[in-house]
Amino acid sequence: MQIRTETQTPAETGALGARLASFLRPGDIINLSGDLGAGKTRFVQGLAEGLGIRGQVTSPTYAIIKEYRGGAMPLYHFDVYRLDRLMDLIDLGYEDYFFGDGATVVEWGDKFKEVFPSSALTLELIRHDATDKRDLTFVFSDIRWQAVVEAALR
Amino acid sequence: MLILGVETSCDETSASVVEDGAIVRSNVISSQVEFHRPYGGVVPEVASRKHLELINPVIEESLAEAGVGFEDIGAVAVTIGPGLIGALLVGLAAAKAIAYTLDVPLIGVNHLEAHIRANFLEDPALRPPLVALLVSGGHTILAVMDESGRLTTLGETLDDAAGEAYDKIARFLGLAYPGGPEIDRLAALGDAKKVILPRAMIDRDDYAFSLSGLKTAVLNYVSKLEKQGQEIPLNDLAAGFQAAVIDVQVAKTMRAAKEYGVKNIVLAGGVAANAGLRAALKEAADEKGIKLNAPTLELCTDNAAMIASLGYEYLKEGKTIDMTANSDANLPLSS
Repeated sequence: MQIRTETQTPAETGALGARLASFLRPGDIINLSGDLGAGKTRFVQGLAEGLGIRGQVTSPTYAIIKEYRGGAMPLYHFDVYRLDRLMDLIDLGYEDYFFGDGATVVEWGDKFKEVFPSSALTLELIRHDATDKRDLTFVFSDIRWQAVVEAALR
Repeated sequence: MLILGVETSCDETSASVVEDGAIVRSNVISSQVEFHRPYGGVVPEVASRKHLELINPVIEESLAEAGVGFEDIGAVAVTIGPGLIGALLVGLAAAKAIAYTLDVPLIGVNHLEAHIRANFLEDPALRPPLVALLVSGGHTILAVMDESGRLTTLGETLDDAAGEAYDKIARFLGLAYPGGPEIDRLAALGDAKKVILPRAMIDRDDYAFSLSGLKTAVLNYVSKLEKQGQEIPLNDLAAGFQAAVIDVQVAKTMRAAKEYGVKNIVLAGGVAANAGLRAALKEAADEKGIKLNAPTLELCTDNAAMIASLGYEYLKEGKTIDMTANSDANLPLSS
């Protein structure tokens, strides 16, 4: 199943993340796909804001995994841009995060589709040439996400 | 006292012997940049595997160069964070084993603080208070050090780190890895006025940085020209990008120096090697009668001498760690 929408500014992408966050549950996993500059980190900043996490969410490209606590639940922010092999992700102990006590969001998750359970939500962000507009497509098979995404878009 | 420093937070395996926190007896840096080049960035698993292969030879080399043996070492200082967790753990495990075997103190050092420390190692006359601009692959932080040496973070990047922005843009433009030196090199050949890019947050009266918007501006600029079938003026684009990054960093650093009334500014971190940044900050500092310190290349990049040197200060304060200590990938500069 898919739900499409669009945002006009980075702030709107963040705000959508913040609204979606209020429906998250521990164990939820979101795969973010989209090119450089598509707004992936901006969306995660919104999620953190929506969970009531203080402190700045920054790009995890260098650290691969960043953990944010102090909100409604822990938020685990992955960026697998620089990982090439599934073994790398296993070495990093991804399962402890995916099936842990918080919500996990993975930038560039498409590189390792096999690790995502069928209950995961995928969000594709597409950048348009020389504008701030982004096409967003939510892809999921778990029916629960339909209600969540629709509520977040309201 | 001789302190053995061990640093494995990212892509460098490094070991160093430093005497009394001040005299660098050896500083062995086994640069892995050559190894990472085909991947267009630091590949973490590769990094930790290479650290494992290199850690013992690098430590042995650092002792040999210093002309000492394990029995001469009085304490072991090791980076405990921030960095890549798998890479950090290799250094910590090695340091624990050595400290345990020799029965000497083990010191866990903050990598970011050590970068700032590199300036004191190079210039023993340097005294706080000072403002520090720490720019690297994973960090962009402006901090103030008070007279007692205590660091307070004034602001940092809200999204991408400076070195990360350089690497991502370089990769996007198909330039050689590492991206920073390559953009720095091209920028010197180009005209920044020909490609004007946004100076994010330059007018905000805080010390935060943002590089994500600049990254997007470069992408938009390139795709616009491509659509028009025009060639990308790489040198001018590199110059325009670099000027946009540097202008904001210089403006905020100078503002912090004024607000805190300091007469010293220090650059730290791998991006401190950037010639454009050094020149621009030096010019602005000179104008205000402020002294700028910037470490030589060897002490800018990740290295164990800065770890051993700061470790000596920690030891004087009794800040040691025990065998149960863990690495902290997200350790902040100041809490």
